[in-house]
This record gives sequence, C-alpha cells and structure tokens, in this order.
Amino acid sequence: MKEAENNPIVSLIASIVSPFIMLFGLYVIFHGHYSPGGGFQGGTLLAASIILIRLAHSSHTGQLQFPAKLGTPLGSLGVLIYYGTGLAALWWGGQFLNYAFLPLAEEISLRRSWGILLVEIGVGLAVMAILVSIFDDLLEEEDHD
Amino acid sequence: MKDQRLKIVNYSLLLIFLALLIYASLGLSPRGDLNSWVNREESAAHSPNAATYYIRHAYHDTHSPNMVTAILADYRGYDTLGEETVILTAGIICFLLLRRERRKTKNSKNKEIKAEK
Amino acid sequence: MHWELELVFFVILIILALVALMVRNLLTAVVMLNVFSFLSALLYVVMGAVDVGFTEAVVGGGVTGVFLVVLIFKTTRRSTD
Repeated sequence: MKEAENNPIVSLIASIVSPFIMLFGLYVIFHGHYSPGGGFQGGTLLAASIILIRLAHSSHTGQLQFPAKLGTPLGSLGVLIYYGTGLAALWWGGQFLNYAFLPLAEEISLRRSWGILLVEIGVGLAVMAILVSIFDDLLEEEDHD
Repeated sequence: MKDQRLKIVNYSLLLIFLALLIYASLGLSPRGDLNSWVNREESAAHSPNAATYYIRHAYHDTHSPNMVTAILADYRGYDTLGEETVILTAGIICFLLLRRERRKTKNSKNKEIKAEK
Repeated sequence: MHWELELVFFVILIILALVALMVRNLLTAVVMLNVFSFLSALLYVVMGAVDVGFTEAVVGGGVTGVFLVVLIFKTTRRSTD
C-alpha cells in the first residue's frame, strides 16, 4: 500500500507463497467435481494470491501482474461465459442451462460434467476479477492525490 | 445515569433474544436423524423429497462425485447465475462509486487544456 | 457425535464475538472477526458440511479481513463509541 513500508522479509515470503495459493485456486476450480470446492472458492483464492502481491510489494509490481484496467472486463467475460453456456444449450435445441444438449461428448452425463466445468470456469474468472477490482477501487484515491 | 439504564435495557434485550433462540433451536430435529421430515423420501405433503432424488441420481445424471457441485451448477443453475450477476453488480457499483475521483481529475485536466488553448 | 469439541467451539465463538463488540481498537475487532470466521469454518467441517466450511474459511477469513484492514487503513483506527 505505502511505498515506505516495503519490508524485504514480507515481500520475499509473499512472492514465495503467492504462486502456491494461485495453484491451489486453479486446483480447486478444476477439481471441483471430485473434491470440495468450485468456482467461487477457487476464484476467491486466486484473488487472494493477487491481493497478497499487491499488499506486500509496491503497487507498481501488482499492476504489472494484473492491471487494474482488466478487472471489470474480465468479470464481465466470466458472467458472459456463464450466460453463453446457457444460450449455447438454447441454440442446440434444449432449454436454457440444460447442459445435456451441448455437443461436447457422447454420453449425456459426460456432457453435463463438461457443462458444469465451463460454468465453474466462468464463475471463477468473474469472482477473481471482481474481488481484485474492488480492492483496487478501495485504494484508488490514494494514487491520484 | 441514562447510559447505565440503556445498558441494562440492552443486556436484558440480548438475554431475552438468546432465550428465544435457544427455545427455537429445541424444536429442530437432531442432525443425521433418519426419521426427521427432511430425510424422508416423502415430504409432509406426500410429494417426493428433492434431497433423496439428488442423493440417488446426482452421479448418474452429471458424472461428478461431488454432489454439492452438481446441485449448485446443474440442478440449481439459475441460482448460481443470479449469484454471479449479483457479484458483477457489486463490482460495477464499487467501480462507479469509488473511481469517480479520477474521472473528475481527467475532466479538470481537459478543462485546463481547453483553457490554455 | 463430537459434542465436546462443538461445545468448546461455541464457547470460544461467543467470547470472540463479545470481544469484537467491546474492544475500542478496530484492528483488534477485525482480527477477532477473522478468528470467528475460521472457528465457524471448523464448526461447519465438524458438522459435515465441508463445502460450506471451505467457503467460510476462504471468504470470511481471507478476503473480508483484507478488505476491512484496507478500510481501517483508509479511515481511522479508533472507534468513537
């Protein structure tokens, strides 16, 4: 947050821990079928790893990793992936959000599984981008004073 | 003196609320009770219960062993859709409310440039 | 099943909530709320709702704490009432 509080120990530990949190977040999103978790939790973990870098390093380094401009577009993209999955099912002749009509696999149960995965990716992307953008908005005023 | 009386009123209200909550929780069935209405196959109105359907068919329908994910993203997909829309709305509202400063400074800069011209 | 464990958790939860209400320093209150979230996540896991516990630990213990600390950093650290 403040440039003067750039402690080397804190920044080193943060840069070591942050990739592992990010990896765990991706695991939680993509392994949501088999273990507890899903899009919301995984997206929050991804956002936590990005926010950790932003807190520990200077704000410039955090902006290099994930620019603040990307927040709202990526969040909208996540919601659009969700709506797009539903509308694709509508396009191929089913009901809205009925994944059994998506032409992704032969078996109907596997089709539903892939549909759930698509939706979870959308949720994770939206939650990550929006949490980071809220954090950026809270600290916005300081950079421009 | 007035503060003291207010404090007494506060704590007595809290205690009454606590007693009410404990009394209400006595009516709940114990967790994991097979005979409670939630865990039966038929509800009290003799219609099939949703929970038993999910437990029996979730794996065959969606091919995902984690039942919670199947319910959240497939059976109750509309719910998650609404939840995500709410999150997006919250993000956009934070964007609109908190990023106003920068737009003002940009406008003022533009005005300055125009004034210089 | 594990009623002794749950009793200990509930007692600590009530103490933490009271401390978070009473204390003047807002940073202490935020830390107490974080510990509250983690303990309630443990409680959910003991009850068998692993998914809910995971969500509570990630959101209540992680991101909410960061946001509240940022808000305290932006405003004031002492509560006036």
